[in-house]
Amino acid sequence: MEHNPADISPRPKNPTVGLPRYRRLRWNLIVIPSLAALVPLIIMAAINYRQDVAAYKSESRYAISRLLSNTRRSLQFALEERRAVLTLIAKNRSLEDLSNDARLMAILRDLKESFGDFVDLGLIDGAGVQSFYAGPYALKGANYKDQPWFHEVSLRGVYVSDVFQGLRKFPHFVIAIAREMKDGEYYVLRATIDTELLSRQIYALELIERADMFIINKDGVLQTRSAFHGEVLDSVALNIPPHILDREIIEEKDLPGGERMTMGFAAIAGSPFVLVALSVREASFTHWLYERSDVILFLIASVVVILVVVSFRSKHVISRLQESDSRRAKMLHNLEYTNKMATLGRLAAGVAHEVNNPLAIINEKAGLIKDIATHEGDFPKKDKIISLVDSITTSVDRCSRVTRRLLGFGRRMETRREQIDVKSLIDDVLDFQRTEAAHRNIRINVQSAPEVSPIQSDRGQLQQVFLNIISNAYAAVEDGGTIDVAISQLNSNEIAVTVTDDGVGIEPKDLQNIFEPFFSTKGEAGTGLGLSITKDIVEKLGGIIEVQSGIGKGTVFTVNMPVEKVD
Amino acid sequence: MSDFRVLLVDDEAELASALVERLEYRGIAMDYATDGAGALKRLQTSAYDIIVIDLKLPGMSGEELLRIVNTSYPRLPVIMITGHGFEEGRGYEKPAGVYDFLPKPLDLNELIKKMNEAIKANEPGH
Repeated sequence: MEHNPADISPRPKNPTVGLPRYRRLRWNLIVIPSLAALVPLIIMAAINYRQDVAAYKSESRYAISRLLSNTRRSLQFALEERRAVLTLIAKNRSLEDLSNDARLMAILRDLKESFGDFVDLGLIDGAGVQSFYAGPYALKGANYKDQPWFHEVSLRGVYVSDVFQGLRKFPHFVIAIAREMKDGEYYVLRATIDTELLSRQIYALELIERADMFIINKDGVLQTRSAFHGEVLDSVALNIPPHILDREIIEEKDLPGGERMTMGFAAIAGSPFVLVALSVREASFTHWLYERSDVILFLIASVVVILVVVSFRSKHVISRLQESDSRRAKMLHNLEYTNKMATLGRLAAGVAHEVNNPLAIINEKAGLIKDIATHEGDFPKKDKIISLVDSITTSVDRCSRVTRRLLGFGRRMETRREQIDVKSLIDDVLDFQRTEAAHRNIRINVQSAPEVSPIQSDRGQLQQVFLNIISNAYAAVEDGGTIDVAISQLNSNEIAVTVTDDGVGIEPKDLQNIFEPFFSTKGEAGTGLGLSITKDIVEKLGGIIEVQSGIGKGTVFTVNMPVEKVD
Repeated sequence: MSDFRVLLVDDEAELASALVERLEYRGIAMDYATDGAGALKRLQTSAYDIIVIDLKLPGMSGEELLRIVNTSYPRLPVIMITGHGFEEGRGYEKPAGVYDFLPKPLDLNELIKKMNEAIKANEPGH
């Protein structure tokens, strides 16, 4: 048998053994497409992030830089305007003309009218004495000879002071110009200006959100109020970059708390003032997350969708693959089984034929002995001889029944329909297991309702079905157990066969899988294909197979078969 | 008692001789041949009411002999016997030109019954 070519078809591999293979395959099916879809998406998001950050930075710098240069220009213009007006007064009027308090007062009035922020006006002679004064304070006769600003104005011709509180308890600064006369003598025209002038220039500009702009002097003292740093004349710990005379300098700094500060400095020409503008914004990444929430949401949604789709698809593909693998294995097993049965069948037919001829001879010779004995008058032990011959012919009959059954199983492979008496078919099947039944003392009851109609079906395949079911029953019952087979007519076109055992029963969870290929509770002993093939055959023949069981309650298999199969 | 002549063709002499003797005990006139050629020779010289042919014969097979008999002696009924045996409850498909087909070991009463039926069926009027 082992050497028969029909027997060497590959043994189907149980696919459940290959489960790690499916897991690995599924993992690959998830990882590779996910990467292929997600990597470009993430790269796109990263590029978008970089571009946004760059745009955001340059936007901050640009906003500060524009603010700074606009404000500086208007501040410079305002200072220049006031200096120019003082210069014009000094040029157009003679010293004699100015040396008159009433005249100074008239000029101050004109200035206030035109500019609004002039507080007082004084004329100081070369000796540093303010000889004429117009304004709210008693400063006539004050001597500035030893004050540094007086020296500076006499040297440079123009002077703009820091902001100071001075005697008058409100912040102001001074613009002074020196006028040199033909004789080498000079006088100084000194005006006090309200710092409103500076503040107005700053607040006149619309400030961007979370921004601050203020003026400090070169010593870091606030010259105007600052939203962040304090009141006028407070000292501020800001490092003013050196060499800022003519340019704007913009610095960026990360603050603790994820914020980013952009700060710009610009010196106001011809004054001790430095204009400072700064803005604080969310650090760029946080800002980006906030600003581009649409991108982020799209990214997250895409990732989720891709992962879900890929994972479901892969699950689907794998289960399809598993299904087809298991179908193929089952087919292979069927084929192997078919081959084996065909081989067995040929062998059985050969044996049957070889045995049949000598059996026929024994049969005829014995018959002849009986004929002779019957026809030749009386002789000793005649009756005994006749009865011996009878027992020979009975044995020959038994032998020939065996050979016929062997031939029957041999011819099982072709599907053919014929009239079948189910009762006698089941008796045949039971015949095969009679020895086991006797050995294990198992009681088998076959009961058939009267008038069960014969059915049109395939004898061999039907025998296979009941052989499988009854073998299972044998496996389930204890020695001394009982198997009941009942045959009944359900209706005019359907009969039912129930095989009931009083064996161990089947657990509910196993019961669900009992007809699945490769499912076996017999461990290594079973292929797990018996009941799966049984179900296939029953369904192919147009029938239904069902099972009911419970632990300790035994098992009932019910097979309903059509009397005539309608294709 | 049946009064007809039977030609039995079977290569197994042991079987044939016993069968012949048993049938003669039952008043049936028997001849037998062990192969197709012998059978045809006998058919030329004697007249038979029925011929019983084993399916498996040496040289000319039972089927060939059947064809020749059917052609040359169309009125001679044929019963085939075979050692291949039949599956229980099912007969081999009966070849055309054969009255019946019986498995070995033979049931003698069944054989006699079938021969009677075949001859009766073959009588004019049927």
